[in-house]
Amino acid sequence: MSKQVVEKLKAEFGALVLAEAEHRGETTVTVERTEIVKICTFLRDACGYNLLSDLCGVDYLGRTPRFEVVYNMYSISAKTRLRVKVLVEEADASVDTVSGVWSTANWHERECWDLMGISFNNHPDLRRILMPADWQGHPLRKDYPVQGPDREPYQGRLS
Amino acid sequence: MGVEQTKTLGNGFVTTSLDKLVNWSRAKSLWPMTFGLACCAIEMMAAGAARFDLDRMGVLFRASPRQADVIIIAGTVTKKMLPVIKTVYEQMPEPKYVIAMGACASSGGVFDTYSVVQGIDEELPVDVYVPGCPPRPEGLLYGLMKLQEKIMKERNSFGAAIGVGEVVNEA
Repeated sequence: MSKQVVEKLKAEFGALVLAEAEHRGETTVTVERTEIVKICTFLRDACGYNLLSDLCGVDYLGRTPRFEVVYNMYSISAKTRLRVKVLVEEADASVDTVSGVWSTANWHERECWDLMGISFNNHPDLRRILMPADWQGHPLRKDYPVQGPDREPYQGRLS
Repeated sequence: MGVEQTKTLGNGFVTTSLDKLVNWSRAKSLWPMTFGLACCAIEMMAAGAARFDLDRMGVLFRASPRQADVIIIAGTVTKKMLPVIKTVYEQMPEPKYVIAMGACASSGGVFDTYSVVQGIDEELPVDVYVPGCPPRPEGLLYGLMKLQEKIMKERNSFGAAIGVGEVVNEA
């Protein structure tokens, strides 16, 4: 079932689909970030993925591109899932917002901005959601100290 | 502390009996402000429920800080919540007490991270620490009884109540 969706996606947006993978029944598609809104609109309208289960950022420190934004979507009527990944450079860490496609993306993108520093273009309300409003830094990046920037780093055992 | 003598109403029999009366009435009817933040709140609810009844200790949970005289900080205090806690504490009228319930409120608990305040005693003057993660309801009950003992040992409470000097608290 998901194979057909991937074929439809490739037929519509040929050059933008960079990779696809399937592992234990879960399909993942990696796409270019330039046309993500069009791709998500197509997936929602033509392929029936009407629920965005999750939108998160991933930090692969030491690799270029450093970040990824992962969209997990679910089709309520067909009961299938799909994962779409977008590669994000560190120098230009921004993606177009999909809160126009699924409204739940609004807060998920705020969390991604707050904790990872990936900004979203045309987002209606991009501000911190979990950290205090005047916090400096993006805590869930891999190079952020766990104790916080104003304390001594942890000297003990890690486990 | 010690340059000028703290003004008290005296140590006579009548004065100390009046102090004991005021202390007894304050200790035996502690009204906490419900401030359950995380898991310790469940144990606080359990302590207030039927099996480990807190109501028989005179403890009535009040939702408004203006009507409370002790605040039980039950749970992890994040840096984002700290201004709210300070506002609530400042809204409580004197005399007021603070119980830090659980490991997170006492010292940050397991969460030695950027967003957790390492112990509410960074900001508020804590009277009783109740250790545990979470402390059993009997533990919270013991902490409340310890606070009651602390209140019973205060001196010059009657004097402070009528405006002569301050409450002397030898802790």
